[in-house]
Amino acid sequence: MFDAILPHLPILQVIVPLIAAPLAMMIWRPNAAWGFTLVVTWATFGLAILLLQQVLAQGVIIYELGDWPSPFGIVYQVDAVNAFVVLIISSIAALVTTYAREGILKEIQGRNQTLFYAVFLLCVSGLLGVTITGDAFNVFVFLEISSLSTYVMVALGAQRDKRALSSSISYLIMGTIGATFFVIGIGLLYMATGTLNMADLADRISNLGDSRMVRAAFAFIVVGLGLKLAVFPLHLWLPNAYTYAPSPVTAFLAATSTKVAVYTLMRFIFTVFGTRFAFQEATLMYLFMPLALVGMFIPSLVALYQVNIKRMLAYSSVAQIGYMLLGISLASVLSVSAATVHLFNHALMKAALFMALGAVVYRLGNASIHTLQGLGKQMPWTMAAFVGGGLSLIGVPLTVGFVSKWLLIQSAFEADMWWLALLIVLSSLIAVLYVWRVIEQAYLQPIPEGRAVKEAPLSLLIPMWVLVLANFYFGIDASLTTRVATQAAEGLLGMGGAP
Amino acid sequence: MSQHHLILRIISKILIPPILLYAFYVQFHGDFGPGGGFQAGVIFAVGIILYALVFGLEGAQKVAPPSVVQVFMAFGVLLYAGVGVATLLLGGNFLSYDVLHPDLAHHSGQHYGILAVELGVGITVASVMISLFYSFAGRNAEIDDEDW
Amino acid sequence: MTTDFIIGHYNYWVIIVLMMLGLYVVMSRGNLIKKIVGLNIFQTSVFLLYITIGKVTGGTAPIIWEGREDVVYSNPLPHVLILTAIVVGVATTAVGLAITVRVREAYGTIEEDEILAQDHEAEVTEGASA
Repeated sequence: MFDAILPHLPILQVIVPLIAAPLAMMIWRPNAAWGFTLVVTWATFGLAILLLQQVLAQGVIIYELGDWPSPFGIVYQVDAVNAFVVLIISSIAALVTTYAREGILKEIQGRNQTLFYAVFLLCVSGLLGVTITGDAFNVFVFLEISSLSTYVMVALGAQRDKRALSSSISYLIMGTIGATFFVIGIGLLYMATGTLNMADLADRISNLGDSRMVRAAFAFIVVGLGLKLAVFPLHLWLPNAYTYAPSPVTAFLAATSTKVAVYTLMRFIFTVFGTRFAFQEATLMYLFMPLALVGMFIPSLVALYQVNIKRMLAYSSVAQIGYMLLGISLASVLSVSAATVHLFNHALMKAALFMALGAVVYRLGNASIHTLQGLGKQMPWTMAAFVGGGLSLIGVPLTVGFVSKWLLIQSAFEADMWWLALLIVLSSLIAVLYVWRVIEQAYLQPIPEGRAVKEAPLSLLIPMWVLVLANFYFGIDASLTTRVATQAAEGLLGMGGAP
Repeated sequence: MSQHHLILRIISKILIPPILLYAFYVQFHGDFGPGGGFQAGVIFAVGIILYALVFGLEGAQKVAPPSVVQVFMAFGVLLYAGVGVATLLLGGNFLSYDVLHPDLAHHSGQHYGILAVELGVGITVASVMISLFYSFAGRNAEIDDEDW
Repeated sequence: MTTDFIIGHYNYWVIIVLMMLGLYVVMSRGNLIKKIVGLNIFQTSVFLLYITIGKVTGGTAPIIWEGREDVVYSNPLPHVLILTAIVVGVATTAVGLAITVRVREAYGTIEEDEILAQDHEAEVTEGASA
């Protein structure tokens, strides 16, 4: 049985949650639906581990859907990059499901609870599909599956705050414009080359050389994905969507959905278009790098002034995307592996932080900075987890945040841009400031009179602390993640660019 | 309401059965000509929606109760995915229909596969359309028709 | 820029006009329903773009039967792709409209500026209450 599933790992990764979604819809009892989702997401996580092992052992895996050979049919092409991102998504999905039960029971009501799990599974399978597929149009379809389910999940926060609805609809409008731009780009590429298979596209584009149509396609794809991944000036949908979504949803989205968009961007820039394409080099240097740098600072500064801590962290997410973009824009093996490692590391820290905030919301109903007064004594474990995640966000040594910033600084020196390193350190200092605001409120302020709060239940604390400990574990022993990420970066830069 | 609109009611009564039949034609003829699950599903749903528009939502929901529609919504997806899983279990790749009926000369595996998959698509599309209509039509209007 | 160029590419002009119209409506209108309709027009222009790509002059439906193996047919792939994209578009519209209904129930309006005003008010009281 075990041997029988090994050759089908890439497809199972996507269809297990996809089949589970309609099944979860038909389970009427919320706890049963939760249990079912739990089993499915952990199984998906198991499959992801197997897949990564398989890829590291055998190299690229190509899975042909319906036995149609490569350029004609849809293929799933898995290399170190996909497998790594798949692992990130499925691990976070499993942990968030473990965490979600109490929060969902409280924040969503009635039949919507079971429907939530169906939508959640759909979102997971969409994200996994985007990551794993080797077909450009298939990326669009899965991207929209995940996005549509995300809009719904954000809107489900309306139980707690009606602003979830307005943020969901503005997310829907921006996200759809992004997806449509992306699909225009794919259409132009198809016009220019007559193929949709990514490897085939890369081949033909490098033969075609620089043409106006390819440039237009590149521009549309970059802008479309930029909207999805909330690059600095296109990030407007993100803060509100993260703030008003139910807490487990925020933790999941912050850790996965923008990461998948970053991955897709890397895949298109490096694999499909390839770094030899001169127009692209200019884009990386003169568009991405300034945007990345501005994105590292302005959202961080905005984060300093937020009353709602959830929104503060959302702005900090936008800033963190700046680091990933910086890694992409330097386009060396070291910098791309820094960006890839940061995908993983940022998922760990943001999921931990949002889970901690979710626990606060669970007990106190909101995540305003004033609510946190004296909470260090009343909810010690939750706030300690927040501090752990916060340290990682700043990039203190021994945490994962340090690892990715260290790699990024190294790659800045490698590219002879010492001032970049300086800017990275400077922007981390802003992170110190906004994390300190929370710590100051939680530990140095007295407990407001008459407030009695219990520590969050164990089912919230355990997944939270698993993530916090992972933050430290992978910060101390970064060999595993950096090895995979380096292999991933070599794969990305080697595949498209080679003559 | 049902006492008015005599012409509408009679015409609808005449039209609805052919619409539903035509949906089946588009569904099953999709193998040899233009057509398929998406189109057929929409046409089928149109029949039900027309019935709801003319004879009222309650009547339509007696024919196709919302809970049943929801189950069918899930069932269609499961049928599609189930074909894929069946091909996996029979030793092929996902959705490689040839293993369903190994008669390569006539591609009968392909025929069976696409027929089942399109049926799944059709069921899901029809029930999603109906259920969309129900959820919009079933809301209580805040503003009465006379106040517009 | 000859007239041949302009007339010969008329389909693209239509697509561009529709695309810009759609985007303009999304950006300029405050009414959520109008925004969603604009989004729809925008997406429709992309459907047309794809279908235009697939057209072969003189080509017919891609059905081959005995005795007519030499039939010239249009490229069916863009049609299939766009069928999927249409479904995605319908789903997006449905979700958008459903959320709009909920917005109307929660806010009592579907005008964006009024919604933003209410959101802003809520934010101010949130900041002041503590």
